[in-house]
Amino acid sequence: MTVAVPEFQYLRDVLHKHSAIVLADDKQYLVEARLAPIARDLGFDSVEDVVREMRRGDRGLQDRVVEAMTTNETSWFRDVHPFNALRDTILPELIDRNRESRTLSVWSAACSTGQELYSVALLLDAHFSEVEYWNLELLGTDLNNTVVDRARAGSFSGLEINRGLPAAMIARYFVRDGANFVIHARLRNKVRFEKFNLAAQWTGLPTFDLILLRNVLIYFDQPTKKQILDAACRQLAPWGYLAMGGAESPIGITDTLETVAIGGATFYRPEGR
Amino acid sequence: MTHALVVDDSRSMRSILGRILRGFGMDVEEAPDGRAALDRLVEGERPDVALVDWHMPNMTGVELVSEVRSRPELAGMTIVMVTSESEPDQIGLALAAGADEYIIKPFTPDAVADKLAMLGIGPGASGCNQTGEGTAP
Repeated sequence: MTVAVPEFQYLRDVLHKHSAIVLADDKQYLVEARLAPIARDLGFDSVEDVVREMRRGDRGLQDRVVEAMTTNETSWFRDVHPFNALRDTILPELIDRNRESRTLSVWSAACSTGQELYSVALLLDAHFSEVEYWNLELLGTDLNNTVVDRARAGSFSGLEINRGLPAAMIARYFVRDGANFVIHARLRNKVRFEKFNLAAQWTGLPTFDLILLRNVLIYFDQPTKKQILDAACRQLAPWGYLAMGGAESPIGITDTLETVAIGGATFYRPEGR
Repeated sequence: MTHALVVDDSRSMRSILGRILRGFGMDVEEAPDGRAALDRLVEGERPDVALVDWHMPNMTGVELVSEVRSRPELAGMTIVMVTSESEPDQIGLALAAGADEYIIKPFTPDAVADKLAMLGIGPGASGCNQTGEGTAP
């Protein structure tokens, strides 16, 4: 079953307006898959009825639908190589550089349920005890309020814990809470999660030593990709690093970044720093 | 071809894991408990990786891991616990006994692929290595 064309087009317009996310013509199945649980929860007969109610101006419903349509795929130490590069090269370099200021700032810019930022926090705790009493700014942001709340809770299902988290880290950094695994408060207190729309005006952000902008630009149109990447470059310290997803690249979007290959990973730095 | 041994007293779990591993292009053998697995290993069958349940009759998974790690002739075999035993303390105990990694039941095929890749085994393994913590004491 798929959503009728007028409803799909309306939903696509709303999604683009509120999050700049582009929903391709062949994604009708995704609408059905993501919105069917909302229809069930709220007692609508179908996803089409949900969209019709949105068209009547139900703002709360609209927010919930936009949240449901944003993709939340994530895992611990996703793709392995970037985290090996962080552990072996980038974090040692940044820590060395910032030893005097004793600060380190990392932004997971589409953090979903938090695994990416917590992975950085785990690396720092496991391998860089020197920074334990530094002024750390470990920020995760996402458009979706629900995932931001989940990230703040630091509570993960067994299925989520299974995805890429080394067993030794489960044993060392997690406690059980019912069926879930909760990361130790000591780690949870080192990170901060906020709602943030990458496609809107950026305010209130500090300068970052490391920005993780991974697997998110693929959802935006070209002008929005450029707007976001240019803004990310402005938030990046001259000595900082930016990471994108394995299938993403700034080439053709901005020429202000230079490529740095580290092991099997690719990072980007401000040109002519 | 990677040779895997699945050790679980549940026939359906052996079947599920076997199907996943064969899907990764592995050759898969099965054993219904730790004792049967150990007998097989001692007889000379040497898998590259063993996926081992915890609670089984005759010999538990952790007892099997300890036995394997105490025998120099069985050195080098990768062992992943696959179990519903999911208390972090228990995970630590299995690692201390010599398990290399740990998958909590229920699991998805992606989780199996992730964990094997971390150990340099299976379809996602090319060029991958540990995040540094997986083999830490």
